[in-house]
Amino acid sequence: MHATAHDFPANAKKALGDARLQGTLGVIEGNRQRRAATIARLPEWDQLREAAKAIKTHTLKNLDLYLERYEAAVTAAGGSVHWARTSAEANAIVTAICRAAGARRIAKGKSMIGEEMGLNEHLVAAGLEPIETDLGEYIIQLRGEPPSHIVMPALHLSAADIADTFRSHHRDLDPSRPLEADQALLDEARSKLRQAFLSAEVGITGANFLIAESGSSLIVTNEGNGDLSQSLPRVHIVLASLEKLVPTFEDAAVILRLLARSATAQEFTSYCTISTGPRRATDSAGPEQYHVVLLDNGRSAMLGTPFEDMLRCIRCAACLNHCPVYNAVGGHAYGWVYPGPMGAVLTPSLVGIEEAGHLPNASSFCGRCEEVCPMKIPLPKMMRHWRERQFSHGLGSPTPRWGVRLWAFFATRPRLYRLAAAAAAWALGRLGAKQGGFRRLPLAGGWTGTRDMPAPQGRSFHALYAERRR
Amino acid sequence: MRVALFVTCLVDFYRPSIGFAAIRLLEKHGCVVEVPPLQVCCGQPAYNAGDRADAKKIAAQVIAAFDGYEHVVVPSGSCGGMISQHYPDLFADEPAMAQRAQHLAKRTHELVSFLTDILHVERVDAEWPGTATYHDGCSGLRELGIKEQPRNLLRSVRGLELVEMRDTETCCGFGGTFCVKYPAISDHMVGDKVQAAAATGAELLLAGDLGCLLNIAGKMKRQGLPIEVRHVAEVLAGMTAEPAIGEPG
Repeated sequence: MHATAHDFPANAKKALGDARLQGTLGVIEGNRQRRAATIARLPEWDQLREAAKAIKTHTLKNLDLYLERYEAAVTAAGGSVHWARTSAEANAIVTAICRAAGARRIAKGKSMIGEEMGLNEHLVAAGLEPIETDLGEYIIQLRGEPPSHIVMPALHLSAADIADTFRSHHRDLDPSRPLEADQALLDEARSKLRQAFLSAEVGITGANFLIAESGSSLIVTNEGNGDLSQSLPRVHIVLASLEKLVPTFEDAAVILRLLARSATAQEFTSYCTISTGPRRATDSAGPEQYHVVLLDNGRSAMLGTPFEDMLRCIRCAACLNHCPVYNAVGGHAYGWVYPGPMGAVLTPSLVGIEEAGHLPNASSFCGRCEEVCPMKIPLPKMMRHWRERQFSHGLGSPTPRWGVRLWAFFATRPRLYRLAAAAAAWALGRLGAKQGGFRRLPLAGGWTGTRDMPAPQGRSFHALYAERRR
Repeated sequence: MRVALFVTCLVDFYRPSIGFAAIRLLEKHGCVVEVPPLQVCCGQPAYNAGDRADAKKIAAQVIAAFDGYEHVVVPSGSCGGMISQHYPDLFADEPAMAQRAQHLAKRTHELVSFLTDILHVERVDAEWPGTATYHDGCSGLRELGIKEQPRNLLRSVRGLELVEMRDTETCCGFGGTFCVKYPAISDHMVGDKVQAAAATGAELLLAGDLGCLLNIAGKMKRQGLPIEVRHVAEVLAGMTAEPAIGEPG
């Protein structure tokens, strides 16, 4: 996917002025309330968070061991693991498997790794026909848009937008059919997707977990599309990144209890599907081939750095849903695959801080993301790490950097600072006394463009205090 | 009890009456208050801008200025959180300084939580007739766990009726330099906050951080909303004679 993260301020401004988008973002409120209610019913929530964090931390510290164990188990079950350092390598591997299988049509389950790789564009360019089978992904695929949310990819669209999309793309159907009811949209999508499931030669799914002990992959869905994508076609390809690994099913079970509650306020998702290798002689159905494409794409370079904690992320989107910035601008403004606080940390790691420099800066550090993160990832701390890297490498706009340095010059000279602050407070206090504030101030347009700047009382605290003590 | 007041740079510059309200509250409840002279700022602007070197210089200055006091009290959850939660981290690779930072961190308290949790104050002698709503500043709430403390004390203010606004735990959009680096987003956030406050019908909005208060008051004034905006310490100390934030003097 082509990144536009460098255009974040312009993207954000456009999103803020988009009344339709602002309306659809309002639905997140309901998710937050349901999530809070679901978690309130689980007294061991915080213990589960600690346990889950410990599982992932242990796995990441021993990732080499568990990766080898996982590969051995996949191979023993009759499948193959393909290691991909980059998106380009992963795309080439997937294309080669599809070609070798003589495939034309590909049923695809929801996969953020697929988005990261830009897989669909790549498959289309190779003459293949990938069809997204998750409803949200199907809709945005028709529209040629990237997802705007990592769990609800079509969050930016209303039911009316979806009806319009179906009318303009499902040309074989009666143009006057009623599509006002949600059920009508669902039925239409289902009938279209059934054809895809039945005719696809290859099925591609993502993975929420890779289980080292058995070589299994595990996905959670609410539509059942994952099951059909992976069990009907002749070839099943699992796309996953390295950090999806956990040692055992027991470990996955702990994290699953956090994932559904955190993502969709469910105690458990409707479907939780485990696949281990291709069809065995005794199986009545299933794919003939089972491939896992394991993508690194910069993740192994995060190990042992301040960003390692980010690899605990289970993509539940709680940080997006609770972020006031995400809730204001939506996902597309972030300009790449991963939006919100998790994107603000991950995107610079994957596409470079030069491209994504705005993202870790566009946070008020309100801390709500860390508060709700089921994996206890210190997101603000890592955004600050990015800011430190930018500062020390002289990246980003020079004005704020020199502003901070100038201010620090005074702040480290208390006596000089005191004189300057008292003088400025006095001057601004006198100028603003009559109105109580300023509608405009030189060099403060960012503030006074939309709000008044309250005037200082006029005397600095330290000046008054010294006077009163005399 | 000998207590050092960390005034904060915003209170020093914008609204000294908050500092004097803090002194009055502390003295009323048996503290001897001192204001160490060589204090300026906690260093958070540099820290959050990624300027770790300057943040450390400023933090070292604060650590030296407040050496030897039993307690350090700050009329701000944000600056209090910087000292108590982030200073030790700043010096993680310098054991001697880290120890001093730890020592200061443990002795540093936000004003209202110091009154309730350390001094065990349950009521204040103050009056404010009318309805008020309280905005939870992010650092105070999430870094220091300040939620019920200001509300409990406000309930003892004669005539004051406390009403809760929706999303009171949502950020107001100040965020230090965030509000000028991303003004459109910040404005959207403070717009939401102001709307939530106005919907309660409250005549007074209170918070424990002057940064949030300047932002919220500035937006209210621009929209012409007749809601007074004050630091919670002003009301608790019974010092509301000064014009509210952003009001003509």
